[in-house]
Amino acid sequence: MSMELFKGAYEGAVTATSYAEILLTKAIKVHGADCPVKYPDTAYRLPVITALSGEEVNTIGDLAPILNRIRTTNIREELTLENAKLNGEATLYAAEIIEALRYIKGAKPDVFPYCGFVTDPILRKFGVPLVDQTIPGVAVIVGKGKDSKSTAKLVKELQSKGIMIFLANEVIEQCIEENVKIGSEFITFPVGNFTQVIHAVNFAFRAGLAFGGIPAGQRQRAIEYQAKRVFAFVIQLGPNDVVKFAAEFGAMFMGFPTVTDQPVAEEIPDWYQSEPDYEKIGKLGLEMRGIKIKIVDIPVPITIGPAFEGETIRKKDAAVEFGGGRSTSFELVRMCGVDSVFPLAFMVDIYGRKMQEDFEGVLERRIHYNLNYGEGLWHVAQRNMMWVRIGKNAKAAGFKIRDFGEILIAKFKSDFPAIIDRAQVTIITDKDVIEDKIKIAIDKYATRDARLKGLTDDVETYYSCLLCQSFAPNHVCVVSPERLGLCGAVSWLDAKASNEINPLGPNQPIEKGECLDAEKGQWKNLNDFIYANSHSTVEAVNFYTLMESPMTSCGCFEAIMAILPMCNGVMITTREHGGETPCGMTFSALAGTCGGGMQTPGFMGLGRRYITSKKFIKADGGLARLVWMPKELKEFLGQDLIDAAVEAGLGADFVDKIADETVGISEDEILPFLEEKQHPALKLDPMM
Amino acid sequence: MSEYNTIDVAATQMLDKAKEIGFLSTFDRAKAQEPRCTFGNTGICCRICLQGPCRILPKKPGGNKGICGARDYTIVARNTVRYIAGGAAAHSDHGREIAETFLHVAEGKVKDYKITDTNKLMQVAKNVGVETEGRDVMAIAKDVALLALQEFAEVDESKELTWITKYSNETRNQKFRDTTIMPAGINLSLAKLLHQTHIGVDADPVNIIFGGLKAALSDVAGEHLATDLSDILFGTGVPVVTEANLGAIKADKVNIALHGHNPLLSQIVVNAAKEMQDEAKAAGATGINLVGICCTGNEVLMREGVPIATNFATQELAIMTGAMDAMVVDVQCIMPSIRTAAECYHTKIVTTMPIMKIPGSYHMAFDELHAMDSAKEIIRLAIDAYKNRDAAKVCIPNIKNTVVAGFSMEAMYNIFRKINPENPMQVVIDAIKAGEIKGVAALIGCNNLKGTHDQNHTVIAQELAKNDVFLLATGCSAQAHALAGLMNGEAVKKYAGEGLKKFYARLNAAAGLTVELPLMFHMGSCVDNSRVQDFATAMANEMGVDNADIPFVVSAPEAMSEKAVAIGAWNVAYGNPTHVGVIAPTVGSQLVNDVVTKIAEDVFGGFFFWEPDANKASARMIDILEERNWKNAMRKKARDAKAEAN
Repeated sequence: MSMELFKGAYEGAVTATSYAEILLTKAIKVHGADCPVKYPDTAYRLPVITALSGEEVNTIGDLAPILNRIRTTNIREELTLENAKLNGEATLYAAEIIEALRYIKGAKPDVFPYCGFVTDPILRKFGVPLVDQTIPGVAVIVGKGKDSKSTAKLVKELQSKGIMIFLANEVIEQCIEENVKIGSEFITFPVGNFTQVIHAVNFAFRAGLAFGGIPAGQRQRAIEYQAKRVFAFVIQLGPNDVVKFAAEFGAMFMGFPTVTDQPVAEEIPDWYQSEPDYEKIGKLGLEMRGIKIKIVDIPVPITIGPAFEGETIRKKDAAVEFGGGRSTSFELVRMCGVDSVFPLAFMVDIYGRKMQEDFEGVLERRIHYNLNYGEGLWHVAQRNMMWVRIGKNAKAAGFKIRDFGEILIAKFKSDFPAIIDRAQVTIITDKDVIEDKIKIAIDKYATRDARLKGLTDDVETYYSCLLCQSFAPNHVCVVSPERLGLCGAVSWLDAKASNEINPLGPNQPIEKGECLDAEKGQWKNLNDFIYANSHSTVEAVNFYTLMESPMTSCGCFEAIMAILPMCNGVMITTREHGGETPCGMTFSALAGTCGGGMQTPGFMGLGRRYITSKKFIKADGGLARLVWMPKELKEFLGQDLIDAAVEAGLGADFVDKIADETVGISEDEILPFLEEKQHPALKLDPMM
Repeated sequence: MSEYNTIDVAATQMLDKAKEIGFLSTFDRAKAQEPRCTFGNTGICCRICLQGPCRILPKKPGGNKGICGARDYTIVARNTVRYIAGGAAAHSDHGREIAETFLHVAEGKVKDYKITDTNKLMQVAKNVGVETEGRDVMAIAKDVALLALQEFAEVDESKELTWITKYSNETRNQKFRDTTIMPAGINLSLAKLLHQTHIGVDADPVNIIFGGLKAALSDVAGEHLATDLSDILFGTGVPVVTEANLGAIKADKVNIALHGHNPLLSQIVVNAAKEMQDEAKAAGATGINLVGICCTGNEVLMREGVPIATNFATQELAIMTGAMDAMVVDVQCIMPSIRTAAECYHTKIVTTMPIMKIPGSYHMAFDELHAMDSAKEIIRLAIDAYKNRDAAKVCIPNIKNTVVAGFSMEAMYNIFRKINPENPMQVVIDAIKAGEIKGVAALIGCNNLKGTHDQNHTVIAQELAKNDVFLLATGCSAQAHALAGLMNGEAVKKYAGEGLKKFYARLNAAAGLTVELPLMFHMGSCVDNSRVQDFATAMANEMGVDNADIPFVVSAPEAMSEKAVAIGAWNVAYGNPTHVGVIAPTVGSQLVNDVVTKIAEDVFGGFFFWEPDANKASARMIDILEERNWKNAMRKKARDAKAEAN
């Protein structure tokens, strides 16, 4: 067996736990055992400990018995694989404790470009791409590569495959040197040095807690969840040391293999392998973890991948710019007949035997993602407001305008093979032609809007969304025309299209069947489906109330709603809003109470657009119940929220009656405001 | 290169002589010790209790641990930190003796010592928090002395060493506190460490190493106060021109070698010699010629321009010239075999300290109350010996090199201030920013005959200079460069890279000295590594970064003594990458070796690396400097990009 590796793991665990003990004892001596300890913006305390042993860590004094326990149970001298993993587990505890101590007394220890702890809102933001495999896996890259160029190439290659990446140690500076885009907006987290690599680990454990609904301290389940659902692997570059060995066995304990560029005397096949060729390291890591990448070969000179979705191209960095209201622009997806070829611009014409007009809008929204995935491409807004920049870097790489078409055709055909048989993209840059053709687009948009308006929950078929079951195994979303998925990413039309693409996939049509409660929105067939697919954990769901059997949440919801008893209403906060709220909890703390497929009456995750739906908590009094929301959310919903208020008979000024953080962040602070504004919630029946 | 294990031509001639007369020198003895015991050489021989010695036999059942159950990592860690305890005890006791004398000066109890550098006293008093405003100099001196002595006496573990906290920046102090290595009292730390490493006490290698680092920081305090108080008593070094190598021994003079470490005696001998030239002349000599060996030699070189005869490994060879009339020694690094060598000649070996005696040599107990009298007595002994010198046996190699030395921090700042009056250290930082120099390297430490005498020192100096590294030097390393003719302006022309030359051109133009600045700046003895660390801390402060981020490396190319282990250890704790030119006896435990060579970097920023090959070591140091500059540049690049985006 691999005695050298096992010995390293044992000695690394000795070193790490001993160092943690020294720092902890000192911290307790200096700050007192009562000194609070927590990471910023998380509901899961110290996630490694929460997930594995479940102790409620509030103060640094709480850590001492935990560290002692793990030292005594896990540090094993006998050199076996099993013990090496236990030594690895102890090292994870040690690193978590060492790191948590950096954050005591409200310290902000991470200096840019290092990010340190990755907060819950970021975890939740990436929930959807993780579950739908837009992000097919996670790579943790530690150390310093043999040179910056080949290291950067390795990182970029993984980025182009959509892999979420955590970087620790000098590989960060190597990426900076080679202008590799790093930061949370590129799904590439430069956590820092040394024990900061634990932030990749506590991120993974939080996935199990937040999406998996695994209760704290269920060690075996937590580990199984990681092994089954978190497709992570470790790339160790440059010289190893005993602590790194131990950490790598900590990864192995979680089910994550390690590939290193260093020679390894005795490899552990599929778990610990050496690959000195940088061209092959990434591929080997993916293979060892069983990550299958759908390769779409797009003949353009830039890298395409979700890592670049968040890339901003500032005006000064733009080689060329289109649209955005300053010049005429539009994008349009149209269904067409088998022989039609229309000479139009930035227009995607799609023929498919299973194509429906209803899918046009769905596909048209994909233009945004598909183009934005290009490194050096920037696309915002939609329809005739769409706005595009091509970065100087993309231009320098040889990107041509026709390449937009290459990307769109390749992505459309690979993402929607079942409904797209042929696609044609026409790009027009001649203003006169556009001015002429835009009329067609505007007509289309109007027709489509009318159709959407007419779509109500009165249809017979809703769609399930079980996409998140890869991460939240007991959670079932049901999407109706007036209530989109709580992630904000799946509308009824999306689900319908997805079902056409993959009839056996996560979006299944469900005939509603017998109505059990029209007011609260409960149907027999939906209950049966949810019960079966939540593995018998959820018996009934009411669509239009959060007070009784509300819809469950996976964890990647855009926003969360909570009852405010004093105000007789509800509040909503979002991932984007980091601050405190009138219910006494931040988004992260609230989110921690109701993810993982649990029903928590009084609390519910939701997609932001659901707020403007006519069916928004209809049984609880609808929009009139909404008493507090962050300013940023008001701005995001904008005119739609005003229109919804008018539609609900609350008047256009209703939005001004909703308190926000500038009014207050406690019920006591906002109640006088609501009274002064005569908020309608105050006159409704008591909520509870 | 000669058949001998040295690159020094004068030493080679003397080794021929030794061979001729049948004297077995340290070079012969080093060969005789081969092959070394592998257990001892890798650190897995434990001699801490009387059940031992135990050694680690990994494959033998029951043999993979000591009798008590100590594993390889416990044994290696204990052995390593006990070196530190020995080294820190030596430096600090040296410091304490100076502090004692300094107190007695302040109290007016001794007549042969005085406050020489009042400016330095005021500066030290301010730094360590002694009130100076409107106070009598002697009262200030007394408070400083008491504060210094309290560093040794402190037993309250909640206290912190003043000479650490006041001379380190806040990021380092906090690092020392967080990692529990901030010492309270010097003697306490050393006693504690010996207790910690007693049989059946600490088995945790990390805890033992941290205990060792605490002792190492005690060493810093001992060194720093030794430097400070020596400067106050004897003057702070200013640039001085002198010479080095055995050619500095004069056939027509009464030659006295000052050897050891403590300037309390050597400095007084220098003063006494000035008064006794006539007595020497009366004996038929043209005068008295003092030469230095090891660090007491560096002390009197820095302040008095006393030439360097030779360094540690070749100390016996100074006697082989036949013209050495007396060798007066105090403490540390004095080979007992000098007495054996002296038997072949008329040379008097004079020991002076109560803890350092050699059977068969003169012992003249040094007494601070009668320091001048003691010194004169020793000089008279030398003059008497001169009368018995056998001219036929005199054979002085005609080899000596010009040395420009005397670069205290203050002396360096005096030069830098001529370029940048407000922020002198910015001069160095600007040169780094401009790419003229890659950074700064301190060449320090001993001789070690596991390699070739002075080869690593001089090759590394030349390689680093060629690659535009600004060089500082102390101890026997500095002497190696001086002996080899590298410590002068000619060497800059010969060895410095183009960037370094440009920087020197600016410095020389500003310095306004009568000679050109040398290739490396000699900052003093081994306790004066405190000055080197002050230089590094000033760099960090000027750059606005932690010590762990500055382009600064340390090399002990021929580390030998326990003091070198202590110095190396605190350099690592201060964030300095530290090269050691011998394989350290830590390699017997992967854990301990990984901790001190790799994981230390994660925790402290500094780390050791062992590399006996001078060229490889130089290349690695250049890589490290470049890497640090690169990291700073990359962080800046990222921050600039962010600032621009906002």
